[in-house]
Amino acid sequence: MTSWAPGALAPRPAAASRLQLLRSQTKAELTLTLRNGEQVLLSLVIPLGLLVVLTLLPFVNVDGRRVDFFVPGVLALAVMSSAFTGQAIATGFERQYGVLKRLGATPLPRGVLLAAKTLAVLTVELLQLALICLVGLALGWEPHGNLLGVLALVALGTAAFSGFGLLLGGTLRGLTTLAAANLVWFVLLLLGGIVFPLSQFGGAEAALRLLPTAALSDGLRTLLQQGDLVTRDLLALAGWAIVALTAAAKAFRWE
Amino acid sequence: MAETALEVVDLVKSYADRNVVDGLSFEVQTGSVFALLGPNGAGKTTTVEIAEGFRKGDGGHVRVLGHDPRDVSLKPRVGVMPQSGGGYPGLRAGELLRLFASYHRHPLDASDLLDRLGLSDVAGTAWRRLSGGQQQRLSLAMAVVGRPELVFLDEPTAGLDPQARRATWELIEALSRDGVTVLLTTHLMDEAERLADDVVVIDHGRVVAHGTVAELTRQGAIGQLRFTAAPGLDLVDLQRAVPACVASEAAPGSYLLEGDVGPQLLAAVTAWCASQGVLAHDLQVEQRTLEDVFLELTGRELRA
Repeated sequence: MTSWAPGALAPRPAAASRLQLLRSQTKAELTLTLRNGEQVLLSLVIPLGLLVVLTLLPFVNVDGRRVDFFVPGVLALAVMSSAFTGQAIATGFERQYGVLKRLGATPLPRGVLLAAKTLAVLTVELLQLALICLVGLALGWEPHGNLLGVLALVALGTAAFSGFGLLLGGTLRGLTTLAAANLVWFVLLLLGGIVFPLSQFGGAEAALRLLPTAALSDGLRTLLQQGDLVTRDLLALAGWAIVALTAAAKAFRWE
Repeated sequence: MAETALEVVDLVKSYADRNVVDGLSFEVQTGSVFALLGPNGAGKTTTVEIAEGFRKGDGGHVRVLGHDPRDVSLKPRVGVMPQSGGGYPGLRAGELLRLFASYHRHPLDASDLLDRLGLSDVAGTAWRRLSGGQQQRLSLAMAVVGRPELVFLDEPTAGLDPQARRATWELIEALSRDGVTVLLTTHLMDEAERLADDVVVIDHGRVVAHGTVAELTRQGAIGQLRFTAAPGLDLVDLQRAVPACVASEAAPGSYLLEGDVGPQLLAAVTAWCASQGVLAHDLQVEQRTLEDVFLELTGRELRA
């Protein structure tokens, strides 16, 4: 090993541009997500598997064409998996391992870090939505409505779920976050209008309909089946987004 | 450039009514290597984390490169290596270092840095699969890759094998030579003795000694020089030859000189023996090390 040339380590400090910071951090966040087997299982394999199984096998009774019922629900599940569960678990462990603390001593601003995480989630969602739609079309799915409405619902849903994900990951330890995020994911999978139609829950339907998962799955389903954008679902998601992001901003701890 | 890179004045930090840092003051000169020495729980890491902006002191003040430690303008100028952790478990060593390099406009070459720290072979290995020593070296690389003016290294060589320790020392020496200010905490006396221009020994959150390594080891130092020869040599004459020491015959034929032991003393003793026609056997010189100083000051072993 040769020794250091004089001046090789002379100080030359300057932060990279914000655009550069955002680009490289987003790339790192995406790499981490796509490399993590559990994340891929949760955000891609399980939603696609559920879509195929629920559509082809008569486990659950639904009104109308099966694929038209399940595609919107699985889209909502995908958003919940990425923005809430995946984000909560990743953030919880990054906090526990001191990664977030150490990033705080670099020129990467907190705001850019959060923007990079959001961009990475949105990119994964695009991939999820594309694959789910392709599989849905292969199963005979006949979508209605407009793309803009879908994007509005997905964006609000992402904001709400990210808020809850960051709230959980930003306050609890890694393993606690892992357990809590998976439990919530599973409960909402069953009660959030993804697998079972909400009408099957009788008197609880009205309350369940307000859950963010139900608002997203119901909103997407009404739009994609009948072409109508339901204001109540949009408002519910917007409300959850405000509550969750405000709580996360207040309670989030970097270390 | 200001002469003082870091200024700590009357710093106090308490947890649960106990002062972990208790009125600490010291200055680090720009371009110097400064070692903060102390046993576990002495307040080293707390002090460093306040200077890094991770914690706030409860009293006193700290200026880093002339700024408040939390000033965001310091981020590119200060490199931080925490005691442990801090890497994305799922990123590979090369990816992690390049990510940290990308936060800066004029970073060092990541491949070269990996190579010099002996990490080229594990560049494709995820952080969580690296050994403790490899994580340690990568963490050091992440602290310096942005070409900072000041680096905080919290126990940079803890758990390293001798070869890796040498590579780390060479990097620190080169940083200092190129004008980077280095503050390191350490348990290792030889590390402080080899690297540090200035040493502050702290215990219970207070400074117990401050100076250069030479000053600290000399301070009130009693060196010893022993030799064996025929019994019954003329001690009065020997004492006259070595006025800076106290000469005695500890046991028949076993002579002991205590005092300021240096090259002159050794020359004087051998010259005196030659003038007496005496051959001195088993000549031994014992000097105080920083370790001895530390033990005397704190009553504790440094190595936990």
